[in-house]
Amino acid sequence: MLDIGKVHSIESFSAVDGPGLRMVIFLQGCYLKCIYCHNPDSWDDRAGRLISVRQLVEKFEEYRSYLKNGGVTISGGEPLLQSDFVANLLAHFKNVHTAIETAGSVTLERALPALNAADLLILDIKSLDENCVKSICKLNIENTLNILNYCEKNSKPVWVRHVLLPGYTLKHKLLRDLAKFIKKFKCVERVELLPFHKLGEYKWHELRLGYTLENVREPTNKELEECVEIFSNEGVLALI
Amino acid sequence: MDFNVGDWVNEIDVRNFIVLNYTPYNGDESFLKAATQKTKLLLSEVKVLMEKERQNGGILSIDTKTISNIDAYEPGYINKDNESIVGLQTSRPLERAIMPYGGIRMVRSSLKAYGRELSPEIEEIFKHRKTHNDGVFDVYTKEMKDCRHYGIITGLPDAYGRGRIIGDYRRVALYGVNRLIEAKQKSLESLNPPVFDEDVIRKREELSEQIRALEALKSMAKKYGFDISEPAKDTKQAVQWLYFAYLAAVKDQNGAAMSLGRVSTFLDIYAEKDLKNGVYTEEEIQEFVDQFVMKLRLVKFLRTPAYDELFSGDPTWVTESIGGICLDGRHMVTKMSYRFLHTLENLGSAPEPNLTVLWSKKLPESFKLYASFISISTSAIQYENDDVMRISLGDDYAIACCVSPMRVGKQMQFFGARCNLAKALLYALNGGKDEIYGEQVGPKFEPVKGNKLNFDEVVSKYKSMLSWLAGVYVNTLNVIHYMHDKYCYEKIQMALHDDDIVRTMACGIAGLSVVADSLSAIKYANVYPVRDEKGIIVDFKIEGEFPKFGNNDERVDSIASWVEKEFMNMLKNNKTYRNSIPTMSILTITSNVVYGKKTGSTPDGRKKGVPFAPGANPMHGRDSSGAIAAMKSVAKLPFNYSEDGISFTFSMTPNGLGKVTQEKKENLSALLDGYFNDTGHHINVNILNRETLLDAMEHPENYPTLTIRVSGYAVNFIKLTREQQLDVVSRTFHTRV
Repeated sequence: MLDIGKVHSIESFSAVDGPGLRMVIFLQGCYLKCIYCHNPDSWDDRAGRLISVRQLVEKFEEYRSYLKNGGVTISGGEPLLQSDFVANLLAHFKNVHTAIETAGSVTLERALPALNAADLLILDIKSLDENCVKSICKLNIENTLNILNYCEKNSKPVWVRHVLLPGYTLKHKLLRDLAKFIKKFKCVERVELLPFHKLGEYKWHELRLGYTLENVREPTNKELEECVEIFSNEGVLALI
Repeated sequence: MDFNVGDWVNEIDVRNFIVLNYTPYNGDESFLKAATQKTKLLLSEVKVLMEKERQNGGILSIDTKTISNIDAYEPGYINKDNESIVGLQTSRPLERAIMPYGGIRMVRSSLKAYGRELSPEIEEIFKHRKTHNDGVFDVYTKEMKDCRHYGIITGLPDAYGRGRIIGDYRRVALYGVNRLIEAKQKSLESLNPPVFDEDVIRKREELSEQIRALEALKSMAKKYGFDISEPAKDTKQAVQWLYFAYLAAVKDQNGAAMSLGRVSTFLDIYAEKDLKNGVYTEEEIQEFVDQFVMKLRLVKFLRTPAYDELFSGDPTWVTESIGGICLDGRHMVTKMSYRFLHTLENLGSAPEPNLTVLWSKKLPESFKLYASFISISTSAIQYENDDVMRISLGDDYAIACCVSPMRVGKQMQFFGARCNLAKALLYALNGGKDEIYGEQVGPKFEPVKGNKLNFDEVVSKYKSMLSWLAGVYVNTLNVIHYMHDKYCYEKIQMALHDDDIVRTMACGIAGLSVVADSLSAIKYANVYPVRDEKGIIVDFKIEGEFPKFGNNDERVDSIASWVEKEFMNMLKNNKTYRNSIPTMSILTITSNVVYGKKTGSTPDGRKKGVPFAPGANPMHGRDSSGAIAAMKSVAKLPFNYSEDGISFTFSMTPNGLGKVTQEKKENLSALLDGYFNDTGHHINVNILNRETLLDAMEHPENYPTLTIRVSGYAVNFIKLTREQQLDVVSRTFHTRV
């Protein structure tokens, strides 16, 4: 499966998935089932379109003139589930900045081929608190942290992402601990806090999945400012 | 003043003057100055007037006793002490004038809509004086009237001023009026061939009209205390002289679009000299520009509610073209380009003047970033592709109205509104019968038979229908422009043109993405027509998937280009008034809503009455592959078949452009580079949240300056009709979350 990948969709334009303007390839398949996921249609690894490396590179070439200050980002689903394919795909992007956007939900060993091929890792840290992680998704956070440590050791640039979900992750103590933790990593170039939103809720209903966050509201601007301040108090610049 | 001399000294040649004297500016915006105290005071008075106008139902007052003309009014001021640039359309700010030569009926119904009446004296005059509108209806055939009535051709300038003519207002500043009169007089004397045919007679009459208009211009300026018979001597005078020339045009004509041209780099030449010689400071120069722009924002015309439905938001299209590249390879960005964009910061966001950046990959990066920054903070500017237009139009063209490029002072157009290609497709299916009223409007031929639409059969019938439409359309325009020249001639604007000019017949089309998607559905899916009891197709059932325009899918993008080329070629086959060159635009302004209302259900699944996408846009919500894919589809439409412009309106949420301001600027600039590199022609950039628009619909009083770009112009969102607001809200907002 080196040449063919399972793709959920291709987005020709993004300015928020790595530096500059980027094409984003969403791969199909994810086991985490995060309760706030806005793309639950990307979970099922039996679904998706089979697309070849050549087709994806050609698609990128069409958009290249727009993406000269950016590049390509492989997202998902969980792109590391197709780590070998991702490694092969990224090797075909010559002189293009490449990024992988992942929750780091596979073992380091499995992730390595893709990790080594990418210029940047955009790593979603669900939470450092195990109970909190359990309340959100089916993730072994050890995997995420092993990947982060690997990046630190090998000076692989990382952008950390963290979703602010009221009642779950949006808690000052958790955020302070996270900020302190992140501060230790030299490889982390940027921290982005993503406010929970409900734009993907309709997909849960369409897929007849039980959506549990109907009564959870989106964070207020004031709350968001407080979160940023918690990070800045720890000496970490966090962007919303 | 001490300028580099060249041909411009011996003949009227503003471009030569600019090229020999302008100074490209490569720096950033840090030199710009805030509004002066005088400007701020004046602005606060203007804001009060504008709010009063809004509260008063859109019109503050109307002078019903005066027929507008270049020097018909006594001088008017807002607050004389604070005005460094003077001149109003009438004798009071925001008082609207009546301009009956386009059509007295339009004036009457406008006045009626606002509870006024025409003065008996003027009524009496127009018992004896025919107008453009009367002339047109004397000649219209039943077929022409039907096309207009059923809405297959809409927005025709047959009852109002046609506009889209740009006088070279810079000439007045550079040469003074006396020199211009002298040149026109010489032309008149030398036009004396052995045989006086229609052309010669008309031309001599027009020259005489032009000379009289120039005299009137001088007289109007004199009432304000200025003698503009000689050239302007400094920046303040140059701005003032130029503004008087423009003001004369908007006193003489209520053309649909009264564009300004390309004045900023011209004016920068004066500013550079004055700065160097210590005549004026940067603050003072910015004050002249701010006050000039404030005056341009006050230009208003009296319109009817029906007109407002087509071109909503009280637009005047005071389009100013900024930037571009000189034929000698230097870019044409000057400090004045920055100062003009900076007015959106000093005076706040506003739809007018319609600031248009002529984009090129060779523009300095710092200017690209500043323009992007202004777009992000105001959504008030549009961009057009200089690298594409410069090839055929050189480096001294400007945009009239929304997207129509023309050489300043050397070219004008006969504005042709647009025809409805989606309705034409339904006529093709129904044998020329109107799908809503059942009347035979188009030529009678066999409607499509059978239960499933066949692509080849539909295309063959569509071609015949388009060919008919092109013919009746051009003939209709010929009638209109013959009569406009005869009864409502743009004497001052044409006085600021060369004697021999290029004329284009600027046709237009609406509904392109509806047609492309419809033909795609017929080709790639199964489309079953649903007929009513009279056998007219009133709806469609679609089975299966089909590619949709706006996703960079060649299968349907090529259909859109094919339709464009096919119709342009058909237009060319018709004889045009004054041997004008037929051109075409893909532009709807806000009429996409009205067009949709007048069009039945279409084979792409669009239901009867639903608005079309504006201009060349993909249909709302069907461009699902991201912004770049949508841009690529639009950019594929060939400009050389739509030389009057291809309009694309693009909306994006602020957060979708990046996390911090610097990133957002760079990303928007990169996006524009990509689109124009793909030879996209025009783009309106809106950086807004849908929630903001929804809130503005409920609380207009909180959003007095909320500006959005629609199709080729900007409007105050709160001045749109409710229907049009809903249309804007339903458009695709590109975002990634």
